[in-house]
Amino acid sequence: MKQFDIERLVPMEIGGVDVSFTNSALWMVIAAGVVCAFLFSGSKKLVPGRLQSLGELAYEFVSNMLRDIVGEKGRPFFPFIFTLFMFILTANMLGMVPGSFTVTSHIIVTLGLALVVFIGSTIVGFAKNGVGYLKMFVPSGVPVAMVPLLTVIEVISYFTRPVSLSVRLFANMMAGHTMLKVFASFVVALGILGGWAPLAFMVAFTGLEILVAFLQAYVFAVLSCIYLNDAVNMHH
Amino acid sequence: MPQLDPATFAPQLIWLAIVFTGLYFAMSRLALPRIGGVIEQRRDRIASDLDEAARLKEQTEKAIADYETALAEARARAHVIAQQTRDDMKEAGERERARLDRELGERIARAETRIALAKDKALGEVGKMAGEAAGDIVEALTGKPPSKRALNDALRSAL
Repeated sequence: MKQFDIERLVPMEIGGVDVSFTNSALWMVIAAGVVCAFLFSGSKKLVPGRLQSLGELAYEFVSNMLRDIVGEKGRPFFPFIFTLFMFILTANMLGMVPGSFTVTSHIIVTLGLALVVFIGSTIVGFAKNGVGYLKMFVPSGVPVAMVPLLTVIEVISYFTRPVSLSVRLFANMMAGHTMLKVFASFVVALGILGGWAPLAFMVAFTGLEILVAFLQAYVFAVLSCIYLNDAVNMHH
Repeated sequence: MPQLDPATFAPQLIWLAIVFTGLYFAMSRLALPRIGGVIEQRRDRIASDLDEAARLKEQTEKAIADYETALAEARARAHVIAQQTRDDMKEAGERERARLDRELGERIARAETRIALAKDKALGEVGKMAGEAAGDIVEALTGKPPSKRALNDALRSAL
């Protein structure tokens, strides 16, 4: 579909690798710019204004989420989780603007983010627990005969984490946008007489999509926190 | 599906890395310390305001307690003063009455003395008059005056 196409706005190549500035990259930059504008333009007053309140709301929201899931040991990862949440949220929300490009509707982008979380939490896990982190894969309190089987299952589930994390976000975004596109084509197909029904559906569905855009950013951040929690506070 | 075209992977990943890293540093170095600082500052301010309020409340309570103590003290003192005044007045009254009693007693005594004197005198006069009268009567009956001695004896036995 046209809305998911990658266009090379500024073709570039370094050492045989294609590093073109694409429309995807443009919308990543816009998303980052919106996040920065949102967080920097707010004043720094004791009694906050509207914009400042929103920034502080986002801060407290992510901060509480991290504290509830990981605890105080998760403090050093707060900037990362915050950036992750704000970037995905803004990219999702910008995707709701007609004619825009949804960065998170590309599997490679969500996979990139998920791999950063996955590899990062694995490194943190080994750094905090040493080789003991491998105990993650051996469930405690099960019969010895079951241990090999369960270990295999645990290893598989561990390595599917980045896949499920990235596919969940990508699929939700792409499905939502595709659905809207399909119903939009119904509006055109049914014309002025019958087009009202799919149009009304689209309006309602757009509201749902905005909810999904927030929810998926939240889910991504929560799951990242949970993986981080496994790495920081091992309790397997 | 354009998402599955491997030719688009490299440029997207590279720009994602660049943008995300840039955003991460902008957040962790600038935005988050700023917001966190404001929130922290506000929390401190609220805590200090609450402390101040608690301190003022304590002061108020102390002032009220002091006032109550002073009031109770003043009341007790007023009571003591009233009691003392009452006692003083009573005592003064008693003294005055005693003085009046004494004075009146003296007067009465003096008056009684005078009355007794007057009575004695009057009685003396009566004796003399009775003697004279008896003498006269006896003289008129017998024709000769009685002796003074007999007269006196008769008077003494009669009176």
